[in-house]
Amino acid sequence: MIDKIRDLDRSRVNALHSVADRWRALPKWQRGLGFVAFVVFLYYLPLLGIPGLTWLRTDSISGGSNWAGVLFTCAVYVLVAIGLNVVIGLAGLLDLGYIGFFAIGAYAVALFGSVNSPVVKWFQAEFDLPATWAVTWAVCAFIALVLALISGVILGWPTLRLRGDYLAIVTLGFGEIIRIVARNAEGVTRGPQGIAAIPGPEGPPSPDNQVFGLIDVKPWYWLAITVVLIMVFAVRRLEHSRVGRSWLAIREDEDAAAVMGVYPFKFKLWAFAIGAALGGFAGFLFASRYAFIDPTQFNVNLSILFVAMVVVGGSGNMVGVSVGAVLLAYLPERFREIADYRWLAFGLAMVLVMILRPQGLIPSRRRARELKDRAAEAEEAPAHV
Amino acid sequence: MNFDDLFGHIGQHTVDGLSKGAIYALIALGYTLVYGVLRLINFAHSEVFMVGTFAVLGLWTAFGVENNPPIGQAILFLVLGLIVAAVASGGTALALERIAYRPLRRKNAPPLIFLITAIGLSLVLVEIFGLVLPKLLGEAVPSMFGRARIILGMPTIIEQKTLFTVLGTSITNIQLIVFVAAVAMMALLDWFINRTRYGRGVRAVAQNPETAALMGVNQERVIMLIFVLGGIMAGAAALLWSMRFGFTQSSIGFVLGLKAFTAAVLGGIGNLRGALLGGLFLGIVEVYGATLFASNWEDVIAFVVLVVVLMFRPTGILGESLGRARA
Repeated sequence: MIDKIRDLDRSRVNALHSVADRWRALPKWQRGLGFVAFVVFLYYLPLLGIPGLTWLRTDSISGGSNWAGVLFTCAVYVLVAIGLNVVIGLAGLLDLGYIGFFAIGAYAVALFGSVNSPVVKWFQAEFDLPATWAVTWAVCAFIALVLALISGVILGWPTLRLRGDYLAIVTLGFGEIIRIVARNAEGVTRGPQGIAAIPGPEGPPSPDNQVFGLIDVKPWYWLAITVVLIMVFAVRRLEHSRVGRSWLAIREDEDAAAVMGVYPFKFKLWAFAIGAALGGFAGFLFASRYAFIDPTQFNVNLSILFVAMVVVGGSGNMVGVSVGAVLLAYLPERFREIADYRWLAFGLAMVLVMILRPQGLIPSRRRARELKDRAAEAEEAPAHV
Repeated sequence: MNFDDLFGHIGQHTVDGLSKGAIYALIALGYTLVYGVLRLINFAHSEVFMVGTFAVLGLWTAFGVENNPPIGQAILFLVLGLIVAAVASGGTALALERIAYRPLRRKNAPPLIFLITAIGLSLVLVEIFGLVLPKLLGEAVPSMFGRARIILGMPTIIEQKTLFTVLGTSITNIQLIVFVAAVAMMALLDWFINRTRYGRGVRAVAQNPETAALMGVNQERVIMLIFVLGGIMAGAAALLWSMRFGFTQSSIGFVLGLKAFTAAVLGGIGNLRGALLGGLFLGIVEVYGATLFASNWEDVIAFVVLVVVLMFRPTGILGESLGRARA
């Protein structure tokens, strides 16, 4: 049974590789055209009406969720996965508290952008501002990004010197601390009541909003996918820069990297901060779309879901983690029968992928080779634990 | 900052903390044993504990135990509960080792892969007990597991009574039992590791796996042994928990596991006596902290302690003695 799965998997990977090779062999203009077609398709997705493909839509089943809404969630999760991939996949740091940064981004826009929030009320009282005053959405985006970045540095500074497995547990604790603080610090976050009236690009939610309303999610999806595309481009440039190469070197052998003049701590901190900023931005989009957040939305299971997206998809490979994110967000929505069992399925998927295919479904080639090397070393020295 | 309450009843808070910490310490042993030998964090150990509490719940429900049974019955059910919980938890730990960790060890997988696998396993176990089991048993044994993911109450097996009062500090029978039982279990384990043939094997593998193998120690058997031992300790902790708090829940393991891990690191992970010290210390700090601030900050205190310890003394109070010390 397991051997059969392995064979099937091997032929699937071979097919993937041949497709990838053929893609790389294409002339540049054809690749460009293909990419443009793909992007156009991404923007067309919420309107999806091609006969034969409509069954993909989540509202094609009875009681299914809003299709554009699901797409929006997928896009936000892809953004999260890309950010977490920088931390886990590129720099090789297991961050189990990524939800903390997501929550910080979400609370940044809620606390500064909503008239409902105690922080805005305090500003109003202190500076004699009108009762409708709040920080504008675009400025909130900046605040979210910066706050998440700073919290990444604050968390990373003391902890990144720790061994990898300790780091994982500490970050897990960090995610919980953020949630508990959001729940307990009622004077700042309104605690379990949550914060409503979180603004969107057109200001606070109101029936007058023409584009970014609560009913029609399509514009939100288009916004999110635009952000994702920009971030994919940015992270890709980063990956192929000096910084990206340093991350890979640290991931593969920290001591060797240090000998070669790469200061591990500095680059780890960079990875942590950039990952945190991306997570914070995803949280920011999430909060402005739903216009309401409370601490229960940021529980630890979500953090583990994020990790699952990255490792199941194939850590280190941006295509892989994006596919992982889309699969994990989309499948429970489309196939409602499994929705109840989705956490069980995620857990099983993590275990199976780690045992059978630690490099993930769509692996980065370099990472796959690295793991193979280790396995070969193990065979040479069987006594090694 | 409620200093009056803290210093006014310092003895009371210390006793509360000690009996709480004793349970942390028992669970911490599981982390410490596995870490001491394999140098990896068995993240799923918290779920080993959770399975133990469900085993106790299942046993007591199956026998129809009622609140406050006569003393003879209570002792009988406690002893039976200990056996069942130890078997369930030990078995779960062993199953985790065989199903997940062994194939990974064969491949010499990096530690992070172990950790991710363990997280997946822990999610699977939580879901099995929170969702699958209630659905399977839902109609057959409605009173036992009830709806998914709810808090499940257990019968009070021993009524809480104040036994004696020293200097204004009252000590209840349950607190005393929990503390004494936990310390006794740990003393037993300590004796086993330090005085018996099997224990010598464990220490040998922890110190140097290759040399131990050359000296004829069966490594695989030692690894199985430590998982089972950790599981048995978690089972004992599960029984004490059930007796003291009288409830369980499929998600009970997560926070408790983190705290037990904190206790293990605090005392020096890989060090058995360190786990006891760390557990008791953490229990006391937590109760003091909860008194000073408010009880809903309790969990934050444990995490902050963890971060501070890892930053300033990653080898813990007593150092990592079961294996090589490594900062």
